[in-house]
Amino acid sequence: MNAIVTVIGENRVGIIAAISMRLAGFGVDILDVSQTILNGSFTMVMVVNLEGASASFAEIRDALTELGRERALSIRIQRQEIFEAMHTV
Amino acid sequence: MLTKNDILSTIEMIDQQHLDIRTITMGISLTDCADASAARACDKIYDKITRYAKNLVSVGEQIEVEFGIPIVNKRISVTPIALVAAASETADYVPFCKALDRAAKECGVDYLGGFSALVQKGMTKADEKLIRSIPEALASTDVVCSSVNVGSTKAGINMDAVRLMGRVIRETAERTNGAGCCKLVVFCNAVEDNPFMAGAFHGVGEPEKVINVGVSGPGVVHHALQSVKGAPFDVVAETIKRTAFRITRVGQLVALEASKRLDTPFGIVDLSLAPTPAVGDSVARILEEMGLETCGTHGTTAALALLNDAVKKGGVMASSSVGGLSGAFIPVSEDEGMIAAAKAGVLTLEKLEAMTCVCSVGLDMIAVPGDTSAETISAIIADEAAIGMVNSKTTAVRVLPAIGKTIGDTVEMGGLMGSAPVMPVHTASSAAFIARGGRIPAPMQSLKN
Repeated sequence: MNAIVTVIGENRVGIIAAISMRLAGFGVDILDVSQTILNGSFTMVMVVNLEGASASFAEIRDALTELGRERALSIRIQRQEIFEAMHTV
Repeated sequence: MLTKNDILSTIEMIDQQHLDIRTITMGISLTDCADASAARACDKIYDKITRYAKNLVSVGEQIEVEFGIPIVNKRISVTPIALVAAASETADYVPFCKALDRAAKECGVDYLGGFSALVQKGMTKADEKLIRSIPEALASTDVVCSSVNVGSTKAGINMDAVRLMGRVIRETAERTNGAGCCKLVVFCNAVEDNPFMAGAFHGVGEPEKVINVGVSGPGVVHHALQSVKGAPFDVVAETIKRTAFRITRVGQLVALEASKRLDTPFGIVDLSLAPTPAVGDSVARILEEMGLETCGTHGTTAALALLNDAVKKGGVMASSSVGGLSGAFIPVSEDEGMIAAAKAGVLTLEKLEAMTCVCSVGLDMIAVPGDTSAETISAIIADEAAIGMVNSKTTAVRVLPAIGKTIGDTVEMGGLMGSAPVMPVHTASSAAFIARGGRIPAPMQSLKN
């Protein structure tokens, strides 16, 4: 199952590293990363594969939310289907 | 191929524009729970609902987590109880309502609908017992909703039932200090697969169990229209259609996922724009975005007609099965813009009645003065039912007699039900009209002028 991780917040050193490490800890495979500074905000979109993950979706979501709280970032993970449903016919 | 903008726009819709799934509603047939013993029937009802819907809330929560979209309500609808209770030898149907309430609470759902009777052509003994028990039933339960269908395009309007419902609404208001009336709706042309409360019930033509989903998203439509300021109406309609398509696709996705996980057939997606009292989640503000200073002024009916039609046209392609009420809702107390327009005196009962000719449902969540007579409430129901009957559409009345309050006061319901300014009603009597009873015949279906 693929999911999309989005990260929005103030740019600081080490955001990508911290998120990648956290995901690697769960055995989550990163398939694609796209990152820019949009209107002054750090904005990253990651496509990840959860098939080999060692934790449930909810546990990974909670860990990312916690990481977001620590670093004052908005981090979310959502299954890819919701975006495909809305934006493809 | 998804772009970063697609992804960020979805997140903005959920985060800032209040996009949500308003409800996942499981419909459950209770026809096999009928029993000569009312106590046994109530036990069967409780057992069946808690067996079928035990995972409804947890599955809804799982879907919320995985797809990152709020699912505001998880609900249950059941076979109209007058049909189930008819077999029982009892005059008191309140225990049935209490059994439903216990079952709903055990399952953890927000509301359960179906303490209902369908009496458009006439009342059975069971229908009448159920209707007469509504005030006590709603006063002694918390989450059960009740509905009565008093008319249809094919049968006409049952004016005996209309007369009775005026009294039932007043008595319910008196017994519950108004709160019970939020859970009571009177329909013409009620639909059998409506996932929204208070009017949800599981129709007799429905399967054993079913999953129906109601979407929402007035804030998303409002935001989309802000990007086409001053453009002609064709552009407005196209913009609403595109937005409704996206909203409905999420509803379809959630409905299929819930259906699979609950091993329950998918029924319909209800393409509705259901507002909440939150700022930025209002249908009235969409109409104002089209160029009206305040919702309720001249042009409001035309704006609403366009909105309602475009929502359907956009949504219908996004789902494999559309049903329920499908259209824009205009509940006054649940819509921040409607509340403001009513308080300003621009949005009146007469204008709301006109608006119900072109949109989903009817006079909804409207507070009327506490001294409004039962006959006047019946007459309001008759007017609204006539609009539904003649125009072959669903109409409904959910009025809240504000006991001890009058015009200018506000009734606070809290939560999604919001607050309602008490609106004026005509004081000239309709009593002799309502006293007649009988049936208004079904209308002609040709010579449509």
